[in-house]
Amino acid sequence: MKAKSLRRERRWALIWSYVFLVVFAVIFLTPPLYMLITSLKTSAEISAVTLPWWVFHPTLENYYALFTSEAYLTFFRNSVVVSLSVVAITMVISILAAFSLSRMRFWGSATLATGVFLTYLIPETLLFIPLFKIFAFVQDWTGIELMNHWWVLIVIFPTLTVPFCTWIMIGYFASIPKELDEAALIDGASYFQVLTRVFLPVALPGVIAATIFAFTVSWADFLYPMAFTTSIDQLVLPAGIVTTLIKGDVFNWGQIMTAALLGAAPPLVIYAFLMDYYIAGLTAGATKG
Amino acid sequence: MANGVATDAAARLPASRRRAARRRFARHKSWIAFFMALPLIALIAALVVYPALYSLFLATLNKGMERFVGLGNFTFLFQRDLFWMVVKQSVIFAVSAVIFKALIGFVVAHFVHNIPAKGQRKWRGMLLVPWVIPPAMSTLAWFWLFDPSYSAFNWVLSRIGFHNVPWLGDPLWARFSVILVNVWYGAPFFLIMYLAALKSVPEQLYEAAAIDGANWWQKIWYVTLPMMRNIIAITVLFSLIVTFANFDIVRILTAGGPIDQTHVFATWAFQLGIEGGDLPLGACVSLFMFPILGVAAYFILRDINRRGNEA
Repeated sequence: MKAKSLRRERRWALIWSYVFLVVFAVIFLTPPLYMLITSLKTSAEISAVTLPWWVFHPTLENYYALFTSEAYLTFFRNSVVVSLSVVAITMVISILAAFSLSRMRFWGSATLATGVFLTYLIPETLLFIPLFKIFAFVQDWTGIELMNHWWVLIVIFPTLTVPFCTWIMIGYFASIPKELDEAALIDGASYFQVLTRVFLPVALPGVIAATIFAFTVSWADFLYPMAFTTSIDQLVLPAGIVTTLIKGDVFNWGQIMTAALLGAAPPLVIYAFLMDYYIAGLTAGATKG
Repeated sequence: MANGVATDAAARLPASRRRAARRRFARHKSWIAFFMALPLIALIAALVVYPALYSLFLATLNKGMERFVGLGNFTFLFQRDLFWMVVKQSVIFAVSAVIFKALIGFVVAHFVHNIPAKGQRKWRGMLLVPWVIPPAMSTLAWFWLFDPSYSAFNWVLSRIGFHNVPWLGDPLWARFSVILVNVWYGAPFFLIMYLAALKSVPEQLYEAAAIDGANWWQKIWYVTLPMMRNIIAITVLFSLIVTFANFDIVRILTAGGPIDQTHVFATWAFQLGIEGGDLPLGACVSLFMFPILGVAAYFILRDINRRGNEA
């Protein structure tokens, strides 16, 4: 009798769990779905007084308009070049640093490891104004014009990615048994070989997780491009969509939603294929280290 | 290769010389280590620490940045009502958003944890989508959902017999909306962290609690929460930092309006410093993020030290 009621209780708990999960999934997925719905509509249908949650006359004209738009393709290209460069720079800096901090140690290395973590406390929203001024006087001194060039983002985005990636990599490197690199060193490998032949293959999941993190962060950043780039040919996607497609009070919502959806696509595709690495990277900071 | 040679040589030397060689080698090694970490040190020093310190100096200049005014910018801010409004709004925004993110994340994590392990991956995958989409893009979608004349939300509300809601037009509703979007964006992060934590609670603890006659509430209160305490603390702390420094959502949804009622530190600093051309005043405003970040730093450092002692 008791067992039966317990089983029934379990079944109800399960049913309720599913009910609430469906509710939350609907809430969580509404904005992206609405992007998709709007992107398939004509301007006439968007401004018509009909059911907004359904597409009556699906069209790809918004997609076509964006793929033939010089400006949008420039944003996309800038974003791709910036993000890939930032990923490369980030991985080199953070893997070298993580190897050095987790295995070799030097005077002050423990303090540095803590310091890397603490850079999280100095957010970009605190740095963009002094950087703005610093760029101005760097130009005065050296003649290099930093303001309003997309490549300046390659220089400053690593500040957003390197600390956390280093932290992820320290966590993974620290979990590699010391015997492994000692054995390699005794066999006559140099430190560089220990890193490339032993550590990187063993910590590959960490490398992938850090790469994904670096890519998504530099792809998504909005404040630095807004503060440091203004010309249409220098903008990256988020800033480009927000500043150029919204012109005064005229909103071409079909195109804005299409642009936003296409802009969200690369991180979403990466996430769809590498979800486990993505999540490993997210939770690495708290459960490891 | 050089290191390999050094160890070979060391093996053939008498003990005292060997010790000296080892010391020299260790010194050599620490130099290599230092050079490997040098790019990181240079990056953080040049583009994080230096600008942060420089903003302290910048905040003491006048608008044209040619004259030192001491704390003049600060006293100017203290006299403005708008400044205190921004302080209040930043705190309300960050604290309420983090509380709701934490609660929703906790509840949904339990639901996901409840269902059979086979289906969990699929649900987790769907529920994390808001976190994956770049916030600037998803906020545009929210902006469109809130649109005053074509709002898809208001369409639904009017069908079920409610009045239209001025989502972004009315100060109170606009404040609600920016928090709502922030909760939507951040709750999945909590969900993932909690789910990882829930998985690490040993099943035996629940069995023991069940044998002792604990109901579901007592299981959560006496087993789950104490076991997850550390992860909850870390996640809340991080989320608080990020939410407090948030820029994207408020900037895109309201740009601070209506009548500056939804400004937080970051958006107001941007408006004053970059758009208004008063960099020192903007620097001044963003510096007010320091106190709360300092408190966060204290807790994180304490946590790191404690972990360091355990290791």
